[in-house]
Amino acid sequence: MPTRRVFLKSSGLAMFGMGAVPGWLSRALGGEAPGRRKKILVAIFQRGAMDGLNVVVPHGEQAYYDLRPNLAIPRPDGTETSAIDLDGFFGLHPSLKPLKAIYDDGHMAMIHATGSPDPTRSHFDAQDHMESGTPGQSSDGWLNRALMPEKKISPVRAVSLSADLARTLRGPNESINIANVSGFKVNDAKGAATFQKMYDKTKDPVMNSAGRDAFEAVKMMEAFQKERYTPANGARYPSGKLGQNLLQIARLIKGNVGLEVAFTDLNGWDHHVNEVGARPHLGQLANMLTEFGQSLAAFYADLGDRMADVTVVSMSEFGRTAKENGARGTDHGHANVMFALGGNIKGGKVYGDWPGLEREQLYEGRDLDLTTDFRDVLGELVTRQLGNSQVAHVFPGYEQPKFRDFVRGVNRAA
Amino acid sequence: MRKTLALLGALYWTAVLPARNSGPDYSAYERSLPKDQQMLHALDRLTYGPRLGDLEAVKKMGLKKWIDAQLHPEALPENGELEARLAPLKSLSMSQDEIAKNYANPVAQVAAALAAQLQQAQKGNGAAAALPVNPPLPATKAVRNPVPLKNLTDLLPPDQVRVLRNGTLEQRRSLLAKIPADQMDDIVTALPSNVRNQLMAAASPELQRKLQLASNPQQVMASDLSSAKLYRAIYSTHQLEEQLTDFWFNHFNVSLEKGADRMLVTTYERDAIRPNVLGKFRDLLEATANSPAMMFYLDNWQNVTPPPPARANAKGKQAKQATRGINENYARELMELHTLGVDGGYTQHDIIEVARCFTGWSINNPNQGGPFVYNDNTHDKGEKVVLGVTIPAGGGKEDGEKVLDILATHPSTAHFISKELAQRFVADDPPPAVVNAMAKTFTDSGGDIRAVMQTMLDSKEFFSVGAFHSKVKTPFEMIVSAVRATNATVDYAMPLANQISTLGQPLYRKLEPTGYSNANIEWVNSASLLARMNFAMQLGQNKVEGVTVDTKKFSSTPQTTAKQLLFANASSQTLDAIAKSLAPPKPKKNEKPVKPTPPAPGLIAGLVLGSPDFQRR
Repeated sequence: MPTRRVFLKSSGLAMFGMGAVPGWLSRALGGEAPGRRKKILVAIFQRGAMDGLNVVVPHGEQAYYDLRPNLAIPRPDGTETSAIDLDGFFGLHPSLKPLKAIYDDGHMAMIHATGSPDPTRSHFDAQDHMESGTPGQSSDGWLNRALMPEKKISPVRAVSLSADLARTLRGPNESINIANVSGFKVNDAKGAATFQKMYDKTKDPVMNSAGRDAFEAVKMMEAFQKERYTPANGARYPSGKLGQNLLQIARLIKGNVGLEVAFTDLNGWDHHVNEVGARPHLGQLANMLTEFGQSLAAFYADLGDRMADVTVVSMSEFGRTAKENGARGTDHGHANVMFALGGNIKGGKVYGDWPGLEREQLYEGRDLDLTTDFRDVLGELVTRQLGNSQVAHVFPGYEQPKFRDFVRGVNRAA
Repeated sequence: MRKTLALLGALYWTAVLPARNSGPDYSAYERSLPKDQQMLHALDRLTYGPRLGDLEAVKKMGLKKWIDAQLHPEALPENGELEARLAPLKSLSMSQDEIAKNYANPVAQVAAALAAQLQQAQKGNGAAAALPVNPPLPATKAVRNPVPLKNLTDLLPPDQVRVLRNGTLEQRRSLLAKIPADQMDDIVTALPSNVRNQLMAAASPELQRKLQLASNPQQVMASDLSSAKLYRAIYSTHQLEEQLTDFWFNHFNVSLEKGADRMLVTTYERDAIRPNVLGKFRDLLEATANSPAMMFYLDNWQNVTPPPPARANAKGKQAKQATRGINENYARELMELHTLGVDGGYTQHDIIEVARCFTGWSINNPNQGGPFVYNDNTHDKGEKVVLGVTIPAGGGKEDGEKVLDILATHPSTAHFISKELAQRFVADDPPPAVVNAMAKTFTDSGGDIRAVMQTMLDSKEFFSVGAFHSKVKTPFEMIVSAVRATNATVDYAMPLANQISTLGQPLYRKLEPTGYSNANIEWVNSASLLARMNFAMQLGQNKVEGVTVDTKKFSSTPQTTAKQLLFANASSQTLDAIAKSLAPPKPKKNEKPVKPTPPAPGLIAGLVLGSPDFQRR
């Protein structure tokens, strides 16, 4: 049976840690044609249902202001309390100011009125559907299925920055979870060497395989684990979870360990009460967006030219009600906005068909309607960023995605 | 990795045999284990791992009698050490009302306060008083977290403050013991919250409670649940009952992570799950279906008969139809996960019909822990057909009860439940023969769980070479079995709970209704494996907070230490690796050989606990 282990053994690359050239090195670097670096996709999940209407603001639409007397971000007037105009109709929440330059550089796009067509307003089901890529049902994760079969597999090709493996990375392909790059090791040096021997030699094939995967990944990261990481280009990651996780991802990318896909998330977008503070540009949502914007901007700056290979995409399980509620907040809605950022993005544009916010235009009379299925967005990235044309395999039951053409590249024949 | 692992896992103990024809090879389950290994196997599977003296106790009592006792925990005296540890965890014995009163979240408290205010205003002058747009946080928060009236330096001399902030465990413990009780409340209030956390391991149970309430009253219920689960698994004599409580909770999973369930899980486990774990399946099903925790978790409290179609609005255009109406979530999971299994022979139409039967099964005010209620006015009164059985029009709550009857007695349920139990207790891919035998008992006994377990334990497959050491420990099992094997004393369990989260199995926080997988191979992932090794080294060398391990009692040779912890011989590969790491470095030319130095206390124990051998049961 040609398992991965058999491949390793037969190729003679299983000698890592025994004085020979580490197997990972041969596989991660030697096997690649020079100059051909892997394209990388980083997915961010904004858990809790972000209020997309206050993030990419339709300031050109009067209904937005009618529906949200207390919440609406004022029309762009050049001050820091108003929306940052993008195209005369949409504007960015002022807390996302750090992203405006990236948008202007043509490396960031947004896709509005997008999301899952499933009507559920349960966080728990909708997150499940979006992570699995199968609205209405649950399965293993789309980001795992997006990985293509490869002859040479890096033990850190697919990473979730979390204590357990994120749902979206579960599935048949290699994937690991790392809570923290620096902590991904056996702390006791003597213990590390001894355990490595034990797991390398054990007759228990499950422990042998997993143990070797772990120690190969450790070995691979060892070199840069020891060094203190200093982000490049003066990038400053905020101290919150998203900033720190993106910093870990940047370390992995720059460490050239064969990363292809990475996943991280940020909780706390469920603003039923006091979404805004004393004024609409302040408050809980503004704080979340500050972390979001600063984190992405730091990542973009830190990676510099390397962003040519990297795309970041954000998603949230559903949107929020178009009309504000009585507690300066919003309730569970339908469509939302997704961000895509990277060298491969045809940025400087807000994509999607705007459905409008007049009552008869709203979904079920209350929410932003959906005009782009989230699988159209992710499917285009899977095809053009990762070069995987098997979209129907990655999103089962979704045969005919409508690409918005926001990613450079060609659709390879299936 | 996963695919490789799954394949390897399925083949593991059978692959050593010559390959057979197509289909899984279950022949290793035909060969029975030697007698002495049977006892270890029973302890591995029916308890959370053997403790010192357990094997001898089983030998003395006789295996069959010991199993009988585990199957009848009501007659088994409980361990006093357990009772002492559970007593301070007050939320465990509270009613749902008391829980809501003591630990409600601020948003719910604001809502309740506003509702009371409104009611008061309406009583007073017949009109609603204006409500504040931004209601202040409720007073309770201020009461529990008052601004400290006194500084720590006003309360204690500077050297004692230093000990509280930076002292060793022993220094802190002796200082805390000296502080008079009447002074303690002020000190607890004056402490910064990071210092409160650091003092937990040095504090008495009563003081732990005070520290926790001062820092984070919202977390008390969750930490009581996790602590109790750990204490029971570590100390209880009712080991099989604990295993089954974990199994059934996980089978009928609910999560602290889902909104109001934060307050409903305590009573759910205590009142719906625990009393029924060895009883009738139908009673267990009934208890979960009537619990506010399940009705909230799977959204059935919002499952109502649809209202009449919305009218056209003023502009004459039809607004898109709102979906308030039936919610299929509970109906689907009830069949897919609780009873029939995903291939159990139901259709999407059955899901809708079952959802209609459960319309009106709801909760009164979930955010205040409100009880389960049945609302007849939101119940769909029409006729339903479920799995070919007609439920006549005009019914009420009994529609749902009939569905539970149909599902509990369905052959698919007998098979599905038996397979899940066999997966948990026999092997990830259990041999069909034992599953079929258990399913027959399930049907013949009217879903008697004890009888089904008896059939499994009487089967040759359970005590077979194929089953022995074929399961990988879950993070919970790994950590608890390590604590039991080292005979550690646990006085503060939360550091262990946090380790279990780090290993990927946060207790009571599995968000998906599937629960954690019974196929333990799922637990083998890189980060988790490294975390197991790190935990093992910490525990072996007595470095886990709240836990005391007597490292002196471990032998200084790998063989005997391994036997102390594994209750069997370690593999030669594990012993070789340990022996090599203990060997002194080879002398360089012209140097005298280095004298071997004795290993640090507990080092060998740590290596054994982190070895591949210890990860299986």
